[in-house]
Amino acid sequence: MTDTGIGASVRRVEDKRFLTGRGNYTDDIDQHGQAYAWMLRSPHAHARLNNVDTAAAASAPGVIAIFTGADMAADEVGGLPCGWQIHNKDGSPMNEPAHPPLAVDKVRHVGDQVAVVIAETKAQARDAAELIAVDYDVLPAAIDMNAALAGASAVHDDVPDNMCFDWEIGDKDATETAFSGAAHVISIDVVNNRLIPNAMEPRAAIAHHDSSTGHYTLHTTTQNPHVIRLLMGAFVLQIPEHKLRIVSHDVGGGFGSKISHYAEEAILTWASAKVTQPIKWVAERSESFMTDAHGRDHETHAELAMDADGNFTGLRVATKANIGAYLSTFGSSVPTYLYATLMAGVYTTPAIYCEVKTVFTNTVPVDAYRGAGRPECTYLLERLVNKAARETGIDPVEIRRKNMIQADQFPYQTPVALQYDVGDYPTAFNTALQAADYEGFAQRRAESESNGKQRGIGISTYIEACGIAPSAVAGALGARAGLYESAQVRVHPTGSVTVYTGTHSHGQGHETTFAQLVSESFGIPADQVEVSHGDTGEVQFGMGTYGSRSLAVGGPAILKACNKVIDKAKKIAAHILEASEADIEFTDGVFRVSGTDREMAFGEVSLAAYVPHNYPIEEIEPGLDENAFYDPLNFSFPAGCHICEVEVDPDTGVIDIANFTAVDDVGRVVNPMIVEGQVHGGVAQGIGQALLEGCVYDDAGQLLTGSYMDYTMPRADDLPNLNVGTQSVMGASNPLEVKGVGEVGAIGSPPAVINAILDALAPLGVDDISMPATPSKVWQAIQNA
Amino acid sequence: MPTVSMTVNGKSVSAEVEPRTLLVQYLREHLGLTGTHVGCDTSQCGACVVHVDGESAKSCTMLAMQAEGSDVSTIEGLADGDTLHPMQEAFRENHGLQCGFCTPGMVMSAVDLVRTNADPSEQEVREWLEGNLCRCTGYHNIVKSILAGAKAMQG
Repeated sequence: MTDTGIGASVRRVEDKRFLTGRGNYTDDIDQHGQAYAWMLRSPHAHARLNNVDTAAAASAPGVIAIFTGADMAADEVGGLPCGWQIHNKDGSPMNEPAHPPLAVDKVRHVGDQVAVVIAETKAQARDAAELIAVDYDVLPAAIDMNAALAGASAVHDDVPDNMCFDWEIGDKDATETAFSGAAHVISIDVVNNRLIPNAMEPRAAIAHHDSSTGHYTLHTTTQNPHVIRLLMGAFVLQIPEHKLRIVSHDVGGGFGSKISHYAEEAILTWASAKVTQPIKWVAERSESFMTDAHGRDHETHAELAMDADGNFTGLRVATKANIGAYLSTFGSSVPTYLYATLMAGVYTTPAIYCEVKTVFTNTVPVDAYRGAGRPECTYLLERLVNKAARETGIDPVEIRRKNMIQADQFPYQTPVALQYDVGDYPTAFNTALQAADYEGFAQRRAESESNGKQRGIGISTYIEACGIAPSAVAGALGARAGLYESAQVRVHPTGSVTVYTGTHSHGQGHETTFAQLVSESFGIPADQVEVSHGDTGEVQFGMGTYGSRSLAVGGPAILKACNKVIDKAKKIAAHILEASEADIEFTDGVFRVSGTDREMAFGEVSLAAYVPHNYPIEEIEPGLDENAFYDPLNFSFPAGCHICEVEVDPDTGVIDIANFTAVDDVGRVVNPMIVEGQVHGGVAQGIGQALLEGCVYDDAGQLLTGSYMDYTMPRADDLPNLNVGTQSVMGASNPLEVKGVGEVGAIGSPPAVINAILDALAPLGVDDISMPATPSKVWQAIQNA
Repeated sequence: MPTVSMTVNGKSVSAEVEPRTLLVQYLREHLGLTGTHVGCDTSQCGACVVHVDGESAKSCTMLAMQAEGSDVSTIEGLADGDTLHPMQEAFRENHGLQCGFCTPGMVMSAVDLVRTNADPSEQEVREWLEGNLCRCTGYHNIVKSILAGAKAMQG
């Protein structure tokens, strides 16, 4: 029996190395004789690139080589691909303009790569880059989505109207019918503010080419090394897998921003074969701001139809989504299948129609950021539901309760493609209301008012689809690859175990959680298990970590491999114990002949698997090392309720979060400590979106929020202590019964915060506020009311 | 190139450096002490916090030359052999870290907080951390860790 299995708050294996400064992040790695790369980036949002004169720079001290887009084009290097094909309403495929790693004819956003300088030191590379003379013809920039759609300036010459795609989902006619018979129609316009992910570790890469073997090795800060190998190897550089190794050791946060296959990875790998030294590149934070894929950035008009009793009868949504200057790796999936398929939320709305126009602009590409599409959907729905409550005079709790899918309605087929498998939304809702002491709010409001403050409470329910992805479903929706996951469980001769997973940990604690799965399965302590990830040279295959998929898709793969190990170990034990295989039981790490005291410990069987004197080699292959792949049956559907309580100072607009309660259904919890930590982090990012963060470009496409002095990251004194808990129904899409927890915090929290602020300000006549709800914006709203 | 000399984690070190070399570059690139991280270029994030003559300092915001003759300690020098410093242990026990990138700066900063304020309140901890950014934890467990670490350091 072990106390390090499923359900234990095992302290993290990872922590000692991080706490003692012995993490192994990409920038911590140096290779013998390495050179340094500096990217010359466009200072313009949109310009024709006439001539890049590198002559003076090439003779600067320490310079080894300089390459431009023309050099890569001459080598027929491919463009950076998009992994998800979306179709227009008329069935035609989306526009996919070329995305060269180094700009060729035009630059399309501030920060677009123009040239790479490789020198003996980073300082020399940077100094030399300043000597490159670039002849730009500056073009008008398309920044605002509406102006871009009106043809302000074509970001790509072959897409004159800047429309990447015009997509729809749902039953338009049924929805129109619902609206024509509605007793109430509530409409809302919301902007989901553009965010900059800001993982604390800037992106970095080191590329090395061994000309004697033809091998390439790329160390890179990615959430999905095998995806990078596949995309870069097959589509960009045409390097076969056996000659290309991607290594991503410790990664300092991702939040979606390290999913994409980035230009620098291809540039360095390609250039490493042109020079004879390894090349290292590390982004400065200012480069991260202007080149890491951004998140969100939607403008939406939506309408909710209701009958006279307050039942939701129809939902009509029109969204414009900014895709940025280029289609990033998963950019097209975020405002479509990760967004509009959740429009039912936790409600029984029978008719839903959503259309999404996705727009190229001269801004950084927009791709997944924690939650990816689902926070945008939740924010819209929960703002709309609150507005419906206000306009119809129904209590915000009652209107939700009245329209909520009930526990006996599963499986529940929504009108927007998804089938929710299991859940119990009313119970989580009630638990959250109790945990937040919703009943006691009126008294707290009165106390605040007596102190001259406005107090408000805001509710948000949410559902998300994660555990990405059931491959057949994803394929039917346009994914260009299946999204199953692999595991290899290698039991060593004396019974310790190495697990190889194709998912990737960049803060989630997989080395601990996955060890717990093995501990539970084999009945051995978790410290007998080591988890290996992040190296395509070690791990057979994998699709990485995003969309809360690691435990929901990667976990069952591990379980499956563990079960294969146990099956084989039973055969070995049966042989040695001279019993029938059917009579071997395995419990608490011991193989026993049923009904007898003849037994073998796990370690004895593993030893017998490798170095026996008496082994039926013709019948059973020696060794105890099994592979498994797992493809989930369906998405998993975490859900929950977040409640925020704020106190607003009407004289200054300053908002104090008095309480924040999150009750989440994440399915089975393997490590409660880690689950809580994931919710904390997600909620902090959601509060950041609601109150502090917002990416701002000016009309010329200059990034005004390009540093930590301009972009407001949540700091410790901006956030409250968080009251988080779980109220779970076991998941049904996978045998571990898990659902996923990485994104729930960021999905549920923003509308809870904004609804709380609007509740606080309603007595003053304020009925709308946009994110981020900064003090100046709140103060202005009060003045304007 | 000028020579710079200082004591780092109790050892005397000396090297020729370009005058523009930052202390963090000296620690990471010359001494191989890669536990001190660089998370920004505007002195905001605090991933680079070390102690210079006993006080926390952002090593990205001073030149190596400015630390001439100083006694510098980094995250690598905090534990006593294999035994974690009480603040490190508190972060481990309270899940005060996730990706680990901001962690060395957080821990070094927290140790300096306790040096100046042996029994900080939660609000004092939150305010002290204005120069340390974390994107993973929402600070909830960092604050909890520092409060626990402060107690343990007194014990």
